[in-house]
Amino acid sequence: MRPEALTGGFAAPPTDAARAFRAVLDVLARPGVIAEVTGALPPAPLSPAAGVLALVLLDGTTPVHLAGAHDCPELRDWLAFHTGAPVVGAAEAAFAFGSWQALQPVSRFATGTPEYPDRAATLVIEMAALSAEGPRLTGPGIAGATRLSLPETAAFRANRALFPLGFDAFLTGGPRIAGLPRSTIVEDN
Amino acid sequence: MSESFTMARRDWMGLMARARPGELAALMPAPLPAHHILRAPEIGAVMLRGRIGATGAAFNMGEMTVTRCSLQLDGGAVGHAHVQGRDRSHALHAAIVDALMQGPLADETGRRILAPLAGAEAARRATRAAKAAATKVEFFTLVRGEDQ
Amino acid sequence: MYVAVKGGERAIDNAHAFLAEERRGDPAVPELSVAQIREQMRLAVNRVMAEGSLYDPDLAALAIKQARGDLIEAVFLIRAYRTTLPRHGLSQPVDTAAMAVTRRVSATFKDAPGGQVLGPTFDYTHRLLDFALMAGGPDAPLPADAGTMPPVPHGGKEAPPSPLVGEGWGGGAPRMPHVTGFLNREGLIEPAPAGDDTPPDLTRSPMELPASRALRLQALARGDEGFLLSLAYSTQRGYGRTHAFVGELRIGMVEVEMDIPELGFAVPIGEIELTECETVNQFKGSRTEPPQFTRGYGLTFGQTERKALAMSLVDRALRWKELGEDFTGAPAQDEEFVLMHADNVQATGFLEHIKLPHYVDFQSETELIRRLRAEVLAQREAAE
Repeated sequence: MRPEALTGGFAAPPTDAARAFRAVLDVLARPGVIAEVTGALPPAPLSPAAGVLALVLLDGTTPVHLAGAHDCPELRDWLAFHTGAPVVGAAEAAFAFGSWQALQPVSRFATGTPEYPDRAATLVIEMAALSAEGPRLTGPGIAGATRLSLPETAAFRANRALFPLGFDAFLTGGPRIAGLPRSTIVEDN
Repeated sequence: MSESFTMARRDWMGLMARARPGELAALMPAPLPAHHILRAPEIGAVMLRGRIGATGAAFNMGEMTVTRCSLQLDGGAVGHAHVQGRDRSHALHAAIVDALMQGPLADETGRRILAPLAGAEAARRATRAAKAAATKVEFFTLVRGEDQ
Repeated sequence: MYVAVKGGERAIDNAHAFLAEERRGDPAVPELSVAQIREQMRLAVNRVMAEGSLYDPDLAALAIKQARGDLIEAVFLIRAYRTTLPRHGLSQPVDTAAMAVTRRVSATFKDAPGGQVLGPTFDYTHRLLDFALMAGGPDAPLPADAGTMPPVPHGGKEAPPSPLVGEGWGGGAPRMPHVTGFLNREGLIEPAPAGDDTPPDLTRSPMELPASRALRLQALARGDEGFLLSLAYSTQRGYGRTHAFVGELRIGMVEVEMDIPELGFAVPIGEIELTECETVNQFKGSRTEPPQFTRGYGLTFGQTERKALAMSLVDRALRWKELGEDFTGAPAQDEEFVLMHADNVQATGFLEHIKLPHYVDFQSETELIRRLRAEVLAQREAAE
């Protein structure tokens, strides 16, 4: 394993991980809210925010799928050392990392079962940038309505129709992160 | 001069993992060689597996505590450790030895740290094996009249 | 009427202080150290490790001290602690043929290669209280030959002891072959072929029935020793009889290896004491299987041989469907009954919670009984 793979983790794991986990919980509880997270310096093309997500959410029992350019030896090694998560195909993944384009078709990912809706994938969608503009979001955790720069709406509307099944998503860009749980209603206007 | 000290990496890592933390600490150079931490000593668990009927399919039999650590000697090699138990300094020392064994100080480290630990372990095992051997049954066949 | 009540904080604080005092006992008697418990109450430590499902003798000893010797409470403490640990990985399956045995007996083959090694056993003791231990006198001296010398030959008839097969793994030391392997060579016993499937883990996903044998063994390995003992005994008395012989019981140290991602190869990460029991069970054959011996398997932490024996008998009893045997309605054959009731932490949690306040539940029950009584009494009066 390359020595670079061994760097870029949390400097103070207990406090860094606790802060990051709190931020991750907050953005998932309040869809559309954009937070900044720090502490991870993963190899490209993984963004620092997605790196933080990996450090706090992945371990040896969370199979992960790397889509498109994210499936590279540098990132595989980094995840192996820092999280121990096995890299798998899309259908078995608990988490998937990649650009929206690379993650297509998202119908490949697990959406849970009626007995265990939690056995669904969480997609980490890497974006060039995040902003509070774009499709309209309503639903649990949102006072009234909010907006978020989603890559499209149709896929998220289809996902919402599966509720209580469906994938959950995070959007990441640089150090910024937003959450989009399957419960959120996404509309064009 | 005696021959240089040789041991495979897998073997010295195993020796470090099984070493008594106190015995290892007593053999470590003071002060410890300069290093920076890649993964601070972290206590966790490893799920242990057995095989059904000793040779069959695997099953999970329970966990054990394991502490791991990774570091890099200043200007030197990267050392890793996974050691049984919850002793953080045990893991730190084991990672330092792992790194030293990959560099120019390997021979000295082997003689001063690994050799005494290997000797202590071999002695412990031999004592225990001898105690067990002393409880081994030697059967007598009683001679019966009609067999004569 | 629902009346919310609150209180008891002072009482609870004082109860905890009282508990701490009672745990310590008479201060005139020296306090037990965790190391003393670990070394001198080792079988209690082993039981807590096995049922707590966490191999760490120091933690188990601490739990026993904190729980005032209540082993199920100690198991509870260990289970609670283990949930706080990150999982560093999965070990490779341990190789029990490479065990450095301290005890190894076979009830089926007198001359099993490797021999009968009695080890530190209560078997063949007289079960008479040893008042010398109470007097706190010096420890009984070891026999002169123990530990250093080979056994003294008797009248020259005894062959000199063979070196202990399997002592010290690694370094090319010989392995201790399993007794069932000899039967396997003749095809007299069902094989146990290796598989590469990742076994299910009941600590990570809820137990689903019917369970695979791997999942059953995980549940039994952490199950309550008393429960498994009673079930195993019930099979011996005829409730799901399996005609078990102890093919082999072995206790000793086994090395644990794990794949390390950053290295790309497996390294030893420690060594643990295990008890392994393999039963050989009579089997007349069924519609699907020819007559042959079948196996039950037990593998537990530490020297825990009663547990390993019981586990292997219950394992075998639960295999009735796979082997095409009849279900006789015996408790030990009933997978749901066994697996859902074997865990003493679950059991004690549900049992003991009924002593906590149920004032509102009971109030509604009382009102129901009053109303039903009033109705019955009114009917009687009307009839008279």
